[in-house]
Amino acid sequence: MTDAFTPSARTPKIRIRGLHKSFGGKHVLNGIDLDVEEGTSFVVIGGSGSGKSVLLRCILGLIAPDAGTIEIDGVNLLTASRGKREELIGEIGMLFQNAALFDSLPVWENVAFGLLAPETKKHNDKHPRLTRAQARERAGEVLTQVGLDPSVGALYPSELSGGMQKRVGLARAIADRPDILFFDEPTTGLDPIMGAVIDGLIVDCVKKLGSTAIAITHDMASAQRIGDQAAMLYQGRLVWRGAASCLMNSGNAMVDQFTHGRREGPITMELRR
Amino acid sequence: MNALLDLIAVIGRHVLEAARGAGALAMFAVEGLLHAVRPPFYWRVFGGALMDTGYLSLPVVAMTALFAGGVIALQSYTGFAQYHVQSAIAGIVVLSVTRELGPVLAGLMVAGRVGAAMAAQIGTMRVTDQIDALTTLRTSPMKYLVTPRLLAGLISLPLLVVVADILGVAGGFTVSVVKLGFAPAAYISATINAVKPIDITVGLVKAAVFGFIIALMGCYYGYSSRGGAEGVGSATTSAVVSASILVLAFDYLLTDLFFAQ
Repeated sequence: MTDAFTPSARTPKIRIRGLHKSFGGKHVLNGIDLDVEEGTSFVVIGGSGSGKSVLLRCILGLIAPDAGTIEIDGVNLLTASRGKREELIGEIGMLFQNAALFDSLPVWENVAFGLLAPETKKHNDKHPRLTRAQARERAGEVLTQVGLDPSVGALYPSELSGGMQKRVGLARAIADRPDILFFDEPTTGLDPIMGAVIDGLIVDCVKKLGSTAIAITHDMASAQRIGDQAAMLYQGRLVWRGAASCLMNSGNAMVDQFTHGRREGPITMELRR
Repeated sequence: MNALLDLIAVIGRHVLEAARGAGALAMFAVEGLLHAVRPPFYWRVFGGALMDTGYLSLPVVAMTALFAGGVIALQSYTGFAQYHVQSAIAGIVVLSVTRELGPVLAGLMVAGRVGAAMAAQIGTMRVTDQIDALTTLRTSPMKYLVTPRLLAGLISLPLLVVVADILGVAGGFTVSVVKLGFAPAAYISATINAVKPIDITVGLVKAAVFGFIIALMGCYYGYSSRGGAEGVGSATTSAVVSASILVLAFDYLLTDLFFAQ
């Protein structure tokens, strides 16, 4: 298995160096260095408020970092031209924590939204220009891929259960066959069985598309199911990196405390009594 | 001395905060308008916004204008009868409605109905990550959410005011003829003689400005909302209150600009 943190001859799909982000006086990201090789499924674990979501949002360009570089395919997003940046970020599909479906649109339009977006990058064989009818057909195919009946496409997000919303969110993320997939807490709020179903779908989709994936989670079972490699974020720094299969016996005191949910250990929670 | 310095510091902070807010609002408005001249344009979203802002506001604006026209006729009669100048009522009604009441009342009604809805809708999208999701789907949130609504406000309010003008005059006519005993033909003739194209035009210009302001406030406060349901609630309140105040302030400024001489 490739170690995602060992410098390799190949340009990593995603390379982050010295990433810093503060909100007011709070340092959320404190010098993140990270390489994610192409085709790897990478999991970032960490407690609530440890900066996991901020890391993803910085890569997506939703939050501007204070310092550092973020490269996709060797191109620094922070200094690239607007067109190049949009092109690279356009290759990222994202499953949000609460699915973030557009509640004013039916499910099929949610799934096909990126396919129909008129601002879409230049159309080519991978991203052909679709009519609404073709996009609806493609939405039906993707819904089937995530285990939903195409007839669900006619419903509105408010008519779906939490698990179905997550699956629709996943369908929307993969509909345009992105090179990179991000998953923000994919199993949060789901029962263990539905969580396992979503994880299975994520693994299937990532393998089928051959995409590079980054998932952030504090669900250990999910992290081991989804990830090839993992890292732990604590106080804005990556404090451990290794194979996801080693998460439960990493030999790192912080990771062990976190993965086993122990109160005692090097990680301290600030509680007011 | 220290107390004075503290007071100056507090005032200074508020002034800077207000200037920052005004600057951010101005940039938001400019960016929203610039997207209108840069393709692509979201016609479906624009059509939906036009429907929400214009067509669905029609009943409330129509009822308001109808009753407002009737009330002006009644109130004017009460006052003018003392000086035996009741014949001026038709002119008073038509000028009040076309110059002021049509645009202002329609503006205030639409601010309450549409401004609040825009702020709540966009604010909810903000706090549930839907706006971030738009960005990840290669769609500019400003272009998709804000520009169509700004244009819908700009276009639909003048159309609503045309209806409000007609119904306001009809309200005054009905009260004057049915309740106050005016001759219908004489009332209509006096109305036509009193009103000039400039009165209607200025009313429609005001309506376009008010429509833009209402949509801008709804979109701006919704777009900048933070912090869940409470944030969306405050955004909605701020949108309606600020839009209502700005409608009245711009009404004064435009009246001064067009009619002061």
